[in-house]
Formats: sequence, C-alpha cells, structure tokens
Amino acid sequence: MKIVVIGATSGIAEHCCRLWATEDAADFVLMARDTVKLEKIAADLTIRGARSISLAKAEFFDPAAIAAFADEAVTAGPIDLVLIAHGWLSDQQSCQDELAVCRESVEVNAVSPVLFAEAFARHFAKADRGTIAFLGSVAGDRGRKVNYTYGASKGFVARYAEGMQHRFAGSGVKIVLIKPGPTDTPMTAAQKAKGKRVAPVAQVARETVNGIRRGRPMVYTPAIWWPIMLIVRHIPRFVFNRLSI
Amino acid sequence: MRPVSSWGRLEAPLHDIVELTDRDTVAASLLRGRGIAYGMGRSYGDACLNPGGILWRTASLDRLISFDPATGRLACEAGVVLRDIQKLMIPRGWSLPVVPGTQFVTVGGAIANDVHGKNHHVVGSFGEHVRRIRLVRSDGERIDCGPDLRPDVFAATVAGLGLTGLIVEAELQLRPSGGPWLEAETVPFDGLADFFALSDESEAGWEHTVAWIDCTSGSDLRGLFMRARPAGGRSGKPWRERSRRMPLTPPVSLVNRLSLKPFNALYFRLGRRRIGVQLVHYEPFLFPLDSVLEWNRLYGPRGFYQYQSVVPRAAALEATRDMLAAIARSGEGSFLAVLKMFGDRPPTGLLSFPREGVTLALDFRYSRRLPPLFARLDDIVRAAGGRLYPAKDARMPRALYEATYPNLPVFARHRDPGMTSGMSRRLMGR
Repeated sequence: MKIVVIGATSGIAEHCCRLWATEDAADFVLMARDTVKLEKIAADLTIRGARSISLAKAEFFDPAAIAAFADEAVTAGPIDLVLIAHGWLSDQQSCQDELAVCRESVEVNAVSPVLFAEAFARHFAKADRGTIAFLGSVAGDRGRKVNYTYGASKGFVARYAEGMQHRFAGSGVKIVLIKPGPTDTPMTAAQKAKGKRVAPVAQVARETVNGIRRGRPMVYTPAIWWPIMLIVRHIPRFVFNRLSI
Repeated sequence: MRPVSSWGRLEAPLHDIVELTDRDTVAASLLRGRGIAYGMGRSYGDACLNPGGILWRTASLDRLISFDPATGRLACEAGVVLRDIQKLMIPRGWSLPVVPGTQFVTVGGAIANDVHGKNHHVVGSFGEHVRRIRLVRSDGERIDCGPDLRPDVFAATVAGLGLTGLIVEAELQLRPSGGPWLEAETVPFDGLADFFALSDESEAGWEHTVAWIDCTSGSDLRGLFMRARPAGGRSGKPWRERSRRMPLTPPVSLVNRLSLKPFNALYFRLGRRRIGVQLVHYEPFLFPLDSVLEWNRLYGPRGFYQYQSVVPRAAALEATRDMLAAIARSGEGSFLAVLKMFGDRPPTGLLSFPREGVTLALDFRYSRRLPPLFARLDDIVRAAGGRLYPAKDARMPRALYEATYPNLPVFARHRDPGMTSGMSRRLMGR
C-alpha cells in the first residue's frame, strides 16, 4: 500500500501513519513544512514497520509545483491513498484584525487542500482507483463567531469533497471526508489550556483509518460529533445567534 | 489551571499543564517554573502531582528513535507507553524485560519509579535494563547518563521520582521474547508457609510468580499462587483483546465491608476452577486489570489508597502475618491483595523500592478508619526492616521514608532545583 500524506506532521496524520506502518507495512511519501520534525516521524514510522519512506519538498501553494509533485509521485508507482491533512487552527481575532492572517488561514485550510486533491484526482480518474481523504473538521459544519475563518475554510473543503464524491460516484475512486472534533494534538494546545475537552488522538486516528479503509464518504470522529453537529446545524438562526457556542 | 488526579483519585488539585511536543525543545518549556513530569498518571498518590503548580505532560513525546533488530536495543522518547512497545516488538521476537501490573505507563514513569513485575526474581527491576537516559535539567543542561556514563546521575535518576531533571529519552535493552503465549499454573495454598514453599519451588523454573490472597481470611490465610513461563512456541486458543470501561464513578465505593468477604470468596472459587496448567496469553495473565479501563472508579468519589510494602525475607513470615491480621481486624481491605517474593538483586537506583524479600500490596477505599491501620502497618514494616513503594504512596510519614531510604542524602545532591512534586515536598521538604 502506497500512501501520500500532505501535512504529515499533523498529530492526527502522524497517528494514522503509525497504524498504516504497523498494520499494512505501507510505503509512504510524506510532505510537511517542518523537516526536522518530519525526519523524527520518519524514523519512528520505520521502526513501526513502514516499508519505505520518502520525504517530499514542502510546497503548499504553487499550483504548478503541486501538479508536478503529484505527477512525480504517481510516476514512481501507483498510489492507493492520499491523506490531505495540513491545516492551521488560526486565531479568529487575528483573522479579523489582520487581513493577511485571514487570507493565510483560507489559503492553508481551504485553497491548498483542494489543489492537492485535484492534482491527484486526475491520475486516480485515469487509473479508476485510489482514495483521497481530506482531514476536515466539525468546525466546518456551521459558522460560529469563535472560529469562522477556520470553519468556513473547512466547510469549503467539505463542499469540495461532496462535489468530488458526485464526480466519482460509481467509479473506483473514493473520496473520504474526515471530521474530527477537538483532538489531543499540539494544534489544540490553546483550547486545552482553557480546559476544553479533547479526544485522544489514538482513537481519532483509529476511526479515521477505519473510515478510509471502508471508503466511507464521511466520518465524524469521535462518533458522538455526528448527533451533536446534526443538532448544531439545525438550530434556527434566531436561536443560534443568541447562543455563545 | 485544570484539575488533575492520580490513579488513587484521592484529590484533584488544579495544575498548570504544559504540553511537551518535541524532544529538542523541552528546555524552553522547563523555564516556565517548577514542576514535575506527568505521563499516564498511573502512580497512585502524589508522585505525579504538583498541586497549584506545573505539570509537564509527556504524552506527545511518544516517538521511537531507533531500534536495532540484531541486538534488541530500542531508543525512544519518554512518553512512549509500554503497551505500544510490547504490541510492536513481541511479534518481532523482542519484549520489554520488565512490565508492571499495568501496561499503561510511560517509559519515563517506569524509569522514575523503577517499576518491577512478576518476574523480578529473574530479571530485576525496569532500571536494570536501561542503557541510556537523556535528562533535560531546568537550567537547560542536557545530561546523558547510563550504567557506564555518569553512573552517579543514572543511579539517582532511576527511581528518582522525576526529581533529577526531565527524562526526555531512554535507550532500553529488550529481551528475546518467547512469543505472546505463557504456560500458566494456578495453585491454591493455605497459610504463609505454603506461600514461601511455593515461591521457593517456583523460583528456578517459573519466570512469573505472584499470589493472590484473601485479605479477609485473617489467620487461616488462603490464596492462589499463580506462576507462568514462556510456552515455548506453543500457542493457545486465539485470544481477542476486549476491554471494558468502568462507565461511571459510583456514589459510594463498591469495595466496602459488605462486598469484601463475598467477593474474595467468589474470586477464590473462580480461581480454583483454573487449577492446573493452561496456555494463556500474556496480557490477561500479566495485566488482568487493564481489561477494565478506569477500574479505579470502583472505589467511588473519595478514591482509594494502595499500601505496598516489602519486608526482608528473614522477617517476612512474621511481619506479613501481623500485617494481614491487622488488616483483617480492621474490616477494610481489597478484592485484589497481592503477595510476591522479590529476588535478591542489587538495586539500580539510589531510591529503588524492590529488595530481597516479600512484597504485599493492597488497596483500601478512603475511610476515616485508615490512619490508625496504616500507622500499625508502618510500625510492622519498619520494625521488620522493610519499606513502602512511593509510586503507590499518598500518605507515608516523612520519618518513615527517611528511615527506610538511607540513600536520601546522596540523592539530594542530584536533585534538579526546578523539579518538585506533591510527594517531594511531603517526603523531602522541597
């Protein structure tokens, strides 16, 4: 099994990779900005059973470079799975105060992921096989004042995944959208400091890997977020706007 | 600030939790103030707590660094959980030499408490198999130590309760594993003399030995002696891991005067059905309690104490008899009282708990009747030349600690002034 992971230093992605290394002896292509951390992760995955690991030069925004990366990765051998996991939990206040931060958040969380998806989708369409998994978020289910720049970006990814699922319906290509709730990773350090509950990352990774294996179109993890977000999505606006959630 | 409790759940003081996420940036996090490392929170008392202060959480320091399949040397970060190592390495023919009664502890915690397992008489304690420790001190200094490198720092750090600096990485010598299956035998016994005879008889041929005793049985003690050894390539019935979770904390302890006798009687009955030799998977044999996650909730909202002592062999018969009599008289006690014979091995750490002799461990639900009972047990242990296990302790008097850990003054010279815990302040004054 050959797996490409974009944003491989993401806590959830790293724990997913551990499972694929141990259970599938997978071959990996890993991309991340922090190469020092990435090398530590690669060493860890090798001990856990990864068959091979190659580290890709980080390039998240240049469309031509992303296309070239996908072409090159596919040329080296058929790819079974692309996990698009990079993301940045931007601070909402900063997004409001500084437009550059706002733009960066949208570019990292919304624009960049779909460029990677498209770059691989054309190869998968040709081969009629392959899975593209997006790491979305429950935050994408409804805009909320505490994180709507991040949430809207994740919502964009969700709608994009939906469109790709329509495009590949009935084909061998699977599009999976993972929606984790707040998870115990370095990304949520600020929330944890406020005492917010977070799910164990090993559990989220386990459910993510299982969902991807089954090719499920959407995975809420932990599963309790499905009913929670069902309710949140359906609260009438006049009520919702009075709530502080 | 967030409430954090240790395994005994006696209190949940507020802590400032600082996440350590990268082994190379730990020093910067240590500048925040004085505190103690917190791994899986499996120590029972205040060894892993620092009420009102900082806890450095090591859960994210969980990467493996290197492994040599030829020699079995594994280097990893301190937050790696022993269970993950076992799951990964046993299928490859290697295993951790020492694992305590739960696999849900970190490598750092196993070193800092110099934990022991049911095979102490064969392989000693965890620290004996540590080849290298990387410490980061609160002043930013990085110290690598091992049995052959700065051995004084190493001896202070093994069983050093996290007080010599933050353990960031360790290199462990794994042991060739006989696979996941054990040949196990359960032998019922009556009386302490029987327990000693069984322990002696099993010392050579059985790698794992432990005895469950009915702590309510008083003077006519009954128990089940359990011993196991690698099954030598044979495998048993396919074993599937199943874990349940104690779903809630009951309003009162389910372990109480009413339930104690019937449960112990039932456990003895059920155990007797297992008499004889069978093939068992290592997990249910070595970690029976790990299959019920959060079993510590059983003791209700007030939590519980564990009392684990060791007394030298020469005094053990009398001391153990007196302790069991005192416990039976009190009417308190636990479902799982455990007796084990330690081997005669030189300790690795200055403050290592295991020593030649007999260790007794039992849980007590929180109760106002406990202090006099504990005082009586302390007297017996001290008179017999024994000591208590800090990893399990939440209440031993400082005088008892000082009298039974004579290396304390030497240890004090290696303390990192930036490291402090509820336990260190209680037992060492700072």
